[in-house]
Formats: sequence, structure tokens, C-alpha cells
Amino acid sequence: MTDQVVDPYAALQDKEPPKEPRSQWKDVWDQFKHHKGALFGGGFLIFITLAVLFGPYIWTIDPQKLDIRNKDLRPIYVALWDGTAKVGWGNPLGTDNLGRDIMANLIAGGRASMAVGWAAMVLALLIGTTVGVISGYFRKADFWLMRFTDLVLSLPILPLLLVAVTLFREPLRANFGPEGGMFILIVGVVGLTSWMQTARIVRGDILALKEREFILAAQSIGTTSGKIIRRHLLPNVISPIMVSATLGLATAIITESALSFLGVGFPSDFPTWGKLLADAVQRMEQYPERVILPGILISLTVLGVNYLGDGLRDALDPRIRGR
Amino acid sequence: MLTFTIRRLILSIPTLLFISFVIFMLLQLAPGDPMAQVPLTVPPEVKEKMREALGLGQPIMVQYWKWIVQFFWIEPQVLIDHWFGTAFAEGKQRVISWQTRSPVMDIVVQRIPQTLWVVGLSYVVGILIAIPIGIYSAYRQYSVFDQSGTFITMIGFSIPPFFTGPLLIVVFSVQLGWLPSIYDTTHVVTDWSSFKIQFQQMVMPVMVLALQTTAQLSRYMRSSMLDNLSQDYVRTARAKGLKEGAVVMVHVLRNSMIPVITVIALGVPSIFGGAIITENVFKVNGIGQLLLTALFANDIPMVMTLTFIFAILIVLFNLIADVLYGVLDPRIRYD
Repeated sequence: MTDQVVDPYAALQDKEPPKEPRSQWKDVWDQFKHHKGALFGGGFLIFITLAVLFGPYIWTIDPQKLDIRNKDLRPIYVALWDGTAKVGWGNPLGTDNLGRDIMANLIAGGRASMAVGWAAMVLALLIGTTVGVISGYFRKADFWLMRFTDLVLSLPILPLLLVAVTLFREPLRANFGPEGGMFILIVGVVGLTSWMQTARIVRGDILALKEREFILAAQSIGTTSGKIIRRHLLPNVISPIMVSATLGLATAIITESALSFLGVGFPSDFPTWGKLLADAVQRMEQYPERVILPGILISLTVLGVNYLGDGLRDALDPRIRGR
Repeated sequence: MLTFTIRRLILSIPTLLFISFVIFMLLQLAPGDPMAQVPLTVPPEVKEKMREALGLGQPIMVQYWKWIVQFFWIEPQVLIDHWFGTAFAEGKQRVISWQTRSPVMDIVVQRIPQTLWVVGLSYVVGILIAIPIGIYSAYRQYSVFDQSGTFITMIGFSIPPFFTGPLLIVVFSVQLGWLPSIYDTTHVVTDWSSFKIQFQQMVMPVMVLALQTTAQLSRYMRSSMLDNLSQDYVRTARAKGLKEGAVVMVHVLRNSMIPVITVIALGVPSIFGGAIITENVFKVNGIGQLLLTALFANDIPMVMTLTFIFAILIVLFNLIADVLYGVLDPRIRYD
């Protein structure tokens, strides 16, 4: 007989201290980290946003300042292969045909483009989510809201944008000033014409979630519809909303630049990336960098946003996560 | 299937009416005045008469109804007259452009061939490039080809045509001098050398538009192939000893093409929209460029007609995509 007492609960005791509980967002981040493109894209988006936000405080030249003596300067790197080019350290990316500093203009243009992009994306998301939730949750509204969404989807978007912007430019300018009026107009028309995909996706998800037991449980204890939507449904559809947010941001930036390029965007002394590009096309043989620099900025931002969306889609989908 | 098609065709009539109404109201609400260019010395009562001559004196609903009659009833008659030499539309009022005072449809018919050549060819080129890329990158998933293909299609998605256009012009027209930067629509192909010039001037606009198509379609093709490659019937086909080429190119490809074909049909209207920018970059005088000039000149009937043509394209190709989906995939039954 040994007097060793066997503890009947020994097998149930933890051999190591319990791990920290993992939250959903930590899981998402762990998956997101593995997507190189998404990390790069997110990083670039944060970088460009910070650059256009704080750039004017670091690079303090006024983008509107005319410096006619130093007009048509080439960027500083042109001196590497062309010793005779007119360059100056005062304007490292050169100046335009009126002597305005290109770097300051790019920063100011980025501010406008990003502001339009973010605002139009938020507006489209708000409309899309509202329509999607209402038509998914309330059966009576579903038929007509979805028919309406189908109708809006079959509107020719780019021609209508052009029509709306050219025709409503003047009254809005008179009411909100040239820049403010144009900002409201472009954000409004881009937002009003790009909510349909979000609405469809959100509606589909809500329709599936509505039949689940936790919603029935919430209803059976007398939770009101508004509470159910806010507390139970919206947190569950946040991932498709976030993915369509990235797509919406990319579309909004490209649409704004396209409108500026076609000459119906912001007023001529107000730089945006699309406007800088469009203004430079006339003399791009002599000064190709004036087309290429804003073009690269637009493309890289949109590329970054698209990669971010790709990574988010993988990271937010629990079926793919952890593989 | 036939009943479904007919039902969809009938349903597209209210859709088109709604769209035309939206466009019409948008243009009505707009503050632009077609009389703004008339000199101030013209007395107001004459101005009022000119306004009525343009059909602007009547209530909005009457104007809308007249536009509908002109567009859906009189213009088709003109077309029939043109084809068969009849005289149905003799002396009837057509939709008149405020810019040129000539019928809108005549100008549109002049412009459409240029757009169709550039847009249609770019779409065909884009499809022909995208499908092999999609097939191969799905077959060799995560290979170097697949990874670089993914990267290139991402870039194709992200670079807007108003940047690729000028970029190509700088490289190929300015630096290398190989291709003309402006599309000459008066050029007539008669012999081999003039065909070469036509080919050279079409290369850049077609490639710019095709890049967008390729980027989108090859992604769809890849994911559709991937879905099918892991199916049981593929294993069965291999197990019964079919050649790998036959398994992939016959069994898998045919099944994967079903969703891709609908995507191709759905993409046609948006590529017409994208052509607005490309036509502007390369100075092609197609309908996109016509829409822009009409907008800047405040030519409401022209803008109305062109926007509505874009809308018809969208509704039509949505219908075609739906019907094709049902025809190609016997599992889909609409009835």
C-alpha cells in the first residue's frame, strides 16, 4: 500500500496557465498580417492620408503662390541625366507654367481627392446600409426597395454624373462658394450613384441572419426592431460593409479624378490630382513628370485601397481565417 | 425560356420609361437656359417665340410625352424609311439638336461607327487576352505566373484610363514616334498601307480600353475555373483516362465559361461609359465625345438622347446576360 493519494481531478487541471482569450479583431489582425499586399496597401493608404493631412505644415509653400521667375522648373532628379535642365532645390519637384510649386500642389490636390473619396464613400455606405437593412428586415419594404435598387443600377452612371455636375454647378457655387459647392456636388452625385452594391450585399446577409435563433430569442424577450437591428444585426454585417467601403473609396477617387480630367470638376485654381493631370496633358512632351506624378499618386492610392480590400475580405471571412 | 424572355422584355419597358423620366426631370431641373446665348438686343417677345419654337413653352408633362413620341414612334419610322425607301415619317417633327438644328439621330448615326470600332475591338481583344490568362493561372494556382498575373490585374484595375492614355502617348507617340496620338476618323482604308495607318492609330485606344476589360475578366475566369477544377466530375474524367488537355479545355472550360459569359454581357455598357474618357484622350469623335460637347454647349435634346441610348444598352445587355445564363446552364430554370 502506498500512501500516495491520487487526486481524482488531476487530469482536469491545466498544465500551463490558461491562454489569454482571443478577441475576434485579434484573429482578424493575425490573418490580415499574412497578406503582404494588404499590409502594403493599408500602410500606403495611412501614409498618403497623413502626408496630405500634415504635409502643408511641413512643406509650407503656398500652392497658389505665383513665382513667375521660377516657372517651368524640372524636378531635381532630371539633373541626373540632363545637365542643362532648369532645376532648383527650392522646388524639388519643379514648378508649373505659372511658377506654382508642384509638390505643394500635389499635397493640396491629394487633400481634395482624399476628402472627396472618403466623404463620398461614407455617404454611399450610409445610404447602402440603410436601404439594405430596411429591405432585408422589413418584408413589406423589400419588394419596392429592391426594384428601386435595380432601377438605379440600370442608370448610365458616368453620363448621368457628367450631366448632373455640368448642370448643377452654377446654383451650388452661388450658394456654397466655388470650392464648397463643387465639393458638395461631387460627393453627392458620387455617393448617390454608388450605394447599390452595398445595399444588395447587406440585404442578402440580413435576410439570412434574420432567420437565425439568436434573433428569434431577442424577439421573444420583447426587443424592439430598432434594438435588434442595432445590437444584433449590424455588428454581424460589418465585414461585408467594410469590404465594400474599400471598393467605394477606390471608385470615388477614380470618379472624382475622371470628372476633373473631363473638365467638369473643381474650379481651375483649386488643385486635385485629376485636375493637375488634366492640366498637364497639353504640354506633356516637354514636362512628362507633371502628368506622371499625379497619375502615379492616383494609381498607387487606388492600388493600395484595392489590396487593402482584398486582404480585409480574406481576414474578415471566418471560413478562410486560420487556414 | 421563351416566356421568361418575353416577360423580361415586357418588364424592361417600365424600367426604360422610369429611366427616361429620371433623365428628363434631371435636365428639366437644371438651370441652364438655351436662350442664354441669344444677344440682349433681341426683344423679349421674340425670345418668347423662339423659346416656344424649341418646344419649351408647354408644361413639363407635355414636353415629356412629345419626347417619348418622337423617340419611340417617329425615329423608328425614319429608320424604316431609310431602309426601305418608304415615307412614313414625312413631315413629322424629329428630335432636333439645339446646337446644329439638325436631327439628333442623324448625328448619332454618324458618330456610332467610330465608337463601335474602338470599343468593340477593344472588348474582343480584352476577352481574347483575359481568357487564356484566367485558365492558366487557375490551372497553376499560386505559381509564379498566377502571382504575377494577380499583380498585373490589380494594377490594371487601379490605373485609370485617363492616366494610361497620356502615358502611352508620351512613350509611343512622343518618345518613340511609332504611333499617332490623335485618331483620324476621316481616314479611309483602301489598300495595305492605309490599313497599316488605321491599325497604328487604333492600337493605343484599343489597348487602353482592353486593359480594363482584361483585368476584370481574367479574375472572373480564374475564380470560375478554380471552382470547377475541384469538382467531382473532373476527378471522374481523369480517372477514366482522358487526356489532361481534354479534361481542362473541354470539360472544365465549358462549365467555367457560363458565369464568365454573363459577366462579358454585363460589362458591355460599362465599357461604353469608359469609352467617354478614352475618346476624349485620343480625340476619337465617337458618341462619348459627342455627349461631352453637347453637355458643354447646353444642348439638352442631344444629351437626353445620348444618355438614354446608354440606358438602353444597359437594360438590353442585362436582359441578354439573364437569358444567356438560362440558356447555357440547364440547372437554371426561371419558370
